[in-house]
Amino acid sequence: MSGISPEPLLSVRGLAKRFGGLIATDGVDLDVMPGELHALIGPNGAGKTTLIAQLFGELRQDAGAIRLDGEEVGHLATPDRVHRGLGRTFQITQLLPDFTVLDNVALAVQARDGHSFRFLADARRDEGLRGRARRHVTASGLANRAETRVADLSHGEQKQLELAVALACEPRLLLLDEPMAGLGHVESGQMVETLRALKGRTTMLLVEHDMDAVFALADRVSVLVYGRIIATGTVEEIRDNPDVRTAYLGEGDA
Amino acid sequence: MRDTVTAQTGFAPPSAKPLLAAAAVIAALVLLPFVAQAAGSPATVALATRVLIYGIAAASLNLALGYGGLVSFGHAAFFGIGGYTVGILYQHYVADELILGLFTGSNQLLVTLPAAVVVSGLLASVIGALSLRTSGVQFIMITLAFAQMIFYLFASLTAYGAEDGLIVRRRNELFGLDTRNDTVFYFICLGVAAAFFALLSRIVRSRFGLVLVGLRQSERRMAAIGIAPYRYKLAAFVISGIGTGLAGALMANYLRFVSPDMLHWTKSGELMIMVILGGVGTLFGPLLGAAALVILETVLAAWTEHWQIILGPLLLAVVLFTRGGLQALLARLGGKP
Ligand SMILES: Nc1ncnc2c1ncn2[C@@H]1O[C@H](COP(=O)(O)OP(=O)(O)OP(=O)(O)O)[C@@H](O)[C@H]1O
Ligand SMILES: [Mg+2]
Repeated sequence: MSGISPEPLLSVRGLAKRFGGLIATDGVDLDVMPGELHALIGPNGAGKTTLIAQLFGELRQDAGAIRLDGEEVGHLATPDRVHRGLGRTFQITQLLPDFTVLDNVALAVQARDGHSFRFLADARRDEGLRGRARRHVTASGLANRAETRVADLSHGEQKQLELAVALACEPRLLLLDEPMAGLGHVESGQMVETLRALKGRTTMLLVEHDMDAVFALADRVSVLVYGRIIATGTVEEIRDNPDVRTAYLGEGDA
Repeated sequence: MRDTVTAQTGFAPPSAKPLLAAAAVIAALVLLPFVAQAAGSPATVALATRVLIYGIAAASLNLALGYGGLVSFGHAAFFGIGGYTVGILYQHYVADELILGLFTGSNQLLVTLPAAVVVSGLLASVIGALSLRTSGVQFIMITLAFAQMIFYLFASLTAYGAEDGLIVRRRNELFGLDTRNDTVFYFICLGVAAAFFALLSRIVRSRFGLVLVGLRQSERRMAAIGIAPYRYKLAAFVISGIGTGLAGALMANYLRFVSPDMLHWTKSGELMIMVILGGVGTLFGPLLGAAALVILETVLAAWTEHWQIILGPLLLAVVLFTRGGLQALLARLGGKP
């Protein structure tokens, strides 16, 4: 916890979102400090994905402020937020199924490279793009699957690719929505190691049900229940918080 | 659809096979008029000219429909406006009057084709800018509605022949060639088609092309890597409209006639059938589809006046049994996976 500068990279104030009668986000305040891995936990249906979607501009909040590095981004469309340094992975993978692994990553590199109004040169023979993409693919452990179509990947590989694509965008703040969901024991462990290696280099907001992973990785943890943040603190503080234990962790369930 | 798209856009190591195939096709197309002459069937040249022109139009539609997933049911508007550009320029050239008091008419192909490109590009910008605010079925209906508006406009525009259309007494001139000669005109169309397909093949492989195919697969993913869909879709729609307008300009020259028929919604449907028949999202599929449809129509129409009754089931069979149209069928026959 030491060494965190006082200005948060992400600062959320009074965020609210209703779906008809359902209050999915209920006055959320949240700060993510530069360099920290901030975990967001909470039971099914607590509103974690809905919160991420608002931060990323896929859902428009009913009220509240979202500031990235001091700048209000709550009114911006998703691509504009990406240009300002937000990235995300999806709980339910959102990849380009007809394209290869390398294509998916190269497209992210290309998007990072500026506009794509270039009509004549063969993008798949652009060694600048391909080289950078290949490095991200290798780093994610998918090197031997680079030329495989996404539709032919296993679920675990798709999860790895989700992360590789997000990292190819070089985000300042990475929103991770359950990167371990549906992974086996070994794959899960690999993902923990990958995220651990990322720690410090990229600021992360990690939504995850796997408590072992959360407690192993997080600098701080916020607990979301029925759309409200009921507690924020270090791993120890959260583990010992009686409200959290009753509302969410359940005795001995963690 | 997925299989055929990857056949063209998926990562494949460069191989000599497609180049050889392309060389063979070009050689065949160049020799075609001479063979037809020798075989005593000059009508084949006219038929092949129509195939080339419709091939350009269908391949243009396919850039939007197959690559971009933008199901336009209004491409007759661009085909027709390209044709009318030629017809109107010709009428003003003959009458020696300014158009809207601004432009002189022309009978020069090097003027009329670029003019058709500009006019259809402008029309596609307007229609695209408005239609692309919607998607799915709404997009189909709105493009259809715009095309119908253009259709009724020209069908009632008495200055330009209204329902009767415009006659272009002589084909446009080019370098003093005898464009009235069907073989000469065929080679002009072949040249335009070759240039067009060369350009299109580069576009679909470019950064822009990959973004377009990416948007068809998942707009959400593309937004998440920082790509705002609208302007890329609009650019694709405009390029698509331009190619179709170019084909329309050639068609007006070929027929020496342009009428609201070229703007009719059934023309949009025909172009769509060519794309689906040949192979959605493939580079040359639409050209194959155009060939199949034009030849079938001609053959069947000579045979019986109820040719559409036969054509319908035939189309259905191709679509149902080839999985990806004629292009996929050929690829499989050629031993590709
Ligand atoms: N588009 C929507 N329209 C209506 N209700 C929605 C919508 N999206 C989410 N909800 C509801 O909002 C609540 C929060 O959903 P959300 O997906 O954010 O939960 P979550 O915390 O991510 O759950 P999980 O752990 O299962 O992923 C749920 O009750 C869900 O049914
Ligand atoms: Mg969720």
